[in-house]
Parts: sequence; structure tokens; C-alpha cells
Amino acid sequence: MTTAPAEADERVAHVGLARRLLIRPELGAVVGLVAVFTFFASQSPVFRSPAGIANWLDPAATLGIMAVAVALLMIGGEFDLSAGVLTGTSGLILVTLATRFGFDVWSAMLVGLIVALAVGFANGMIVTRTKLPSFIVTLGTFLMLQGVNLGVTKAITGTVQVSGLRRAEGYDGAAAIFAGTIHIGGTSFRVAILWWILVTAVATWVLMRTRPGNWIFAVGGNEQAARAVGVPAARTKIALFMTTAFAAWLVGSILALRYTSVQANIGIGQEFIYIIAAVIGGCLLTGGYGSAIGAAFGAVIFGMADKGIVFLGWDADWFTFFLGAMLLLATLANRLVRRYAEEVKH
Amino acid sequence: MILETRGIGKTFGSVLALRDVSMGVAAGQVTCVLGDNGAGKSTLIKILSGVHQHDAGTYLVDGREVRFSSPRDALDRGIATVYQDLAMIPLMSVWRNFFLGSEPRKGLAFDVAKARRVAREELRAMGIDIRDVDQPVGTLSGGERQSVAIARAVHFGARVLILDEPTSALGVKQAGVVLRYIARARDRGLGVVFITHNPHHAYPVGDRFLLLKRGTTLGQYAKQDITPQELTALMAGGAELEELAHELRRE
Repeated sequence: MTTAPAEADERVAHVGLARRLLIRPELGAVVGLVAVFTFFASQSPVFRSPAGIANWLDPAATLGIMAVAVALLMIGGEFDLSAGVLTGTSGLILVTLATRFGFDVWSAMLVGLIVALAVGFANGMIVTRTKLPSFIVTLGTFLMLQGVNLGVTKAITGTVQVSGLRRAEGYDGAAAIFAGTIHIGGTSFRVAILWWILVTAVATWVLMRTRPGNWIFAVGGNEQAARAVGVPAARTKIALFMTTAFAAWLVGSILALRYTSVQANIGIGQEFIYIIAAVIGGCLLTGGYGSAIGAAFGAVIFGMADKGIVFLGWDADWFTFFLGAMLLLATLANRLVRRYAEEVKH
Repeated sequence: MILETRGIGKTFGSVLALRDVSMGVAAGQVTCVLGDNGAGKSTLIKILSGVHQHDAGTYLVDGREVRFSSPRDALDRGIATVYQDLAMIPLMSVWRNFFLGSEPRKGLAFDVAKARRVAREELRAMGIDIRDVDQPVGTLSGGERQSVAIARAVHFGARVLILDEPTSALGVKQAGVVLRYIARARDRGLGVVFITHNPHHAYPVGDRFLLLKRGTTLGQYAKQDITPQELTALMAGGAELEELAHELRRE
């Protein structure tokens, strides 16, 4: 092409910075984030202190890793209800192998990773091959994993938890990397926060700046059309299910190494929290639209509300009320923003 | 002729979808395929574009017999099809749609700056006036979407463009816009197969006309051999129209 760089069309001159920012999918989450932070920070000095921030960033981090992966999957047009319980499965495998079967922590983690990826692969294969709604398919794997987690744990330990990971070989090294703390200016932050930032950065880059990112939007937006122009739709979706599984393994391992024991029923009910965080972050339930960083912001809102309510001395039962209100407000805001974005100006 | 069929046919089970159809398209020319619903237009273009395989007759590209196993095969030989439903993702921007499935790369990354620039340039080269390549395709009008799809096929090296009813869902003005891009693609040396059931759209832009009816051909005509009136009459089945007029006449 020898054409000189095309100058901007005179009719787009009025598209100012404000509009460009407004049509980002994560706008609703950013506004919510600022509002929630302002509310709690004005009421509670602890909340806005460095120690308080470290405190509410921690639940935001473990939830955020999952929410970002789930957001990618939702942009790709699918759900994964098995993601929450899979964090439990990964943690249980890690602790059980390391404490009962003589594995060192690293090999136990590797086995956990292989199993998690296999579950993700199976979810993806079933969904892409059968064309069944992923909501149903992963509801199936969710229930099956829930049964396996409880059944196998009871069969091996006679109780509903496995513990004693601290004594396993290689624990100190793995715990430092996945469950340690780092000190910044006298405040200790959980290292999970770094994993969360890394996952969010990588996910955002993949989504916005790589070919697979383009394919994720396309398979979620219109799978048939995507396939018609040569997008490997099935492979993209299977990779997304495996990404969610990977995130579940990461979070499961972080929590197992942190607490050194795992309850067999851990993670149940979390799958909806991930989806809610992704939706607050701007993901459409119908797929094809959303943002990874938005889901990370959605997770921060959760973390702030979760801990902020405690800091204010309120009853923690109010948390779910707050959750529901946030979800409704965010989806309403996102819908308005999207309408505005799609408005044609002639 | 870039693309030619000789006595081509296709059956689905006991249904004869297409019988003994011969047609061709040359570089820089437009061949219009006309026919009513069920005439076999879609079966013909699905054979041409590699979706279906013919089971009678021969299909030649550049004078050599071919048998495509997939649309990708046909695309590799420079035969691109723009379907009625367009294969575009409404929520994605124009430039993301333009390069979907063939994104330019820079190292590991998708070369976004290049994609934006090339999409804008290619659309301009086709004379397509898009306000902003960042806007979602869903905000474009039907004619604009058709035009983007055509520009995309041209950019990716199509020598033959198969257009499946590109004007059928459009208003008069929008259809005119699309016809102009068809002419533009023809002037750039592409062979165009233009499927339509509207002789008024076909006649101004076409060089030859293939008429299909009930799965078989009513003949292929060069433009100088047929008038718009004859084309319309053939297309609608002149006798049938007269019969209909008779039937609808007030007693």
C-alpha cells in the first residue's frame, strides 16, 4: 500500500476523549469501585490505612484471578459452573498427595494441574462437540466434582478435610511463592495480589493485542460467522475452559498452601461470585463483549465490601444484600453505556 | 474464464437440486445468477464456494478441473464468497472484523496499528466511506456492512467474488451503493458472480446472465443478446405472470 496515512474523517472529530472512555466495557466497574471505596473510606479510617488496603486486596486477589479467567470464558460465550468446586479439587489433590502418598509439594501441585486441565479440557470438548449449553454441561461437572471431592476425601481420611501440608517436603519453597507475603513500607501484602495482577495483565494483553483475543470476541459474538472466516472456534473455546481450570488450580493451590488444610466442600457457591464479578466488570451474559481488567475491578469491589462491612462493625449478613444491589446497578450502567456506544451518529 | 462449470449437477438424496448447469465468469466481468426461490441458486454457489461437491459435470478454475473439499480450499484458489448473513460480528469494531481469522502479526502480538491503518486504507481504496474503523460493525447500515465484507474479500486476494443476494435486504438507495462497489471490484479486475432475484439490480451491472428455474438452467445470455424487459419476463416466467394477471382480474 502506497497510500498516504489516511487523515481522520471530519465526521469523527466530535468523538472526544470522554466518549472514547465512556464506551469501554469496564466503565461501570470503575464507577462502582470509586463509589464503594469512597463510601467505606469515609466511614472507616482502618479501611483506608495501608494495613486495611492489604486486608481487602487479599480476597479481591483470589477472587480476581478466577473472575478474570471466567470473564474471558464469558466473552467467548460460555459459562463454567465447575470453576469454584475445581479450586477445591485442586487443593484436595495437592494436600492429599503430599500428606498421604509421599509426594513432595511440587509434584503434588503438578498432578493437581494436570487433573484441573483435564477437567477443563473435558468441559470444552463436551460443549464444543455436543453443542449443549455450557451452563448444563458444567453444572454436571460441578455436581460430579462436588461428589468426588467429598467421597474421596471421606474414603481416604475418614473426615471431610485433609490437613498437615506444612510437614510435606518442599512446602517452604512453594508456600513462599504462592502463599507468602511481601512487605512494602511496613505493611505486609499477600503474594496472591501479585499473581492476580499478573493474571489480569496477561489476560488483558491476550484479549486486546493477540490473534486468540480477537477469536475470543468472535466466537462469543457470533460463532458461526467466526468459523466461516477460518477462526478455530472449537479450539478457542476448549482453550478458554482450560484457562478457567488453570486459574482454579492456581487459586486452589494458593489457598491450600496458605491454610495447609483443605475442606472437602470448599469452593461450592463461588462459581456464581466469579460470574457476578465478571458481569460487574462489563461482561455480557450473551457473550462477545466484556473486559478482563473490568472483572479484576469487579473483584476489588467484592473485596472492599466483604471487609468494609466488617470494618464498619455491621453484621456480615448484609454482604449479600450489597452484592445483589451492586450487580443490578452495574448491569444497568453497563447497558446504558453499551447503548450509548452503539448509537450511530449521522 | 477464471471459473467455469459444464453441465454441473447435484442431488441430495432423492432431490435433484441442480441439473446440467453451465456458466462461467471472466476477470473484470460480472456474471449474474438469477432465479426465484428454490431455483437452485444457493446450491450452485455452495458448489462454487466449496461448501458442497458436485456429483455431475465438471467444475473448472483457470481451465483445470477442480473439486474443493472445503470453503478454505476455494479461498486458497482466490474464490471468496460473501454470504447474505455476512460473517461479521456486530459487537466487534470494523477493523477487528476486517482481519478476523487472518490477523496480521508482529512477533506474538496482533499488529493492531497495522490492522487499523490497512482496514481504513482498503475501505478508502474501494471508495467506502466509513466514519470510524473503531466503531462496532453493528452500528453500520446494511449496505455499509456488505461493502466492508466485499472490501475484505478483495484485500485478501480474491480473484473471484461470489455475492449471495447482497442487495435483497436493502432499500433502493443502499442497494445502489452496493451495486457501485460491485462495479468497483469488477474494475479492479475481479470476476464477480452476483446472485440475485431482482433483474433491475442485475441488468445495469451484469455482463452475462444465467437464469435458473427449478434446479435447471433457462440459458446463459450475454448482455447484448437480451433486453431488460426480456430478462424480467424470463425471470418471472412471462406466461405465469399473464396467467396471474388473468386470475386476479375483477370478475
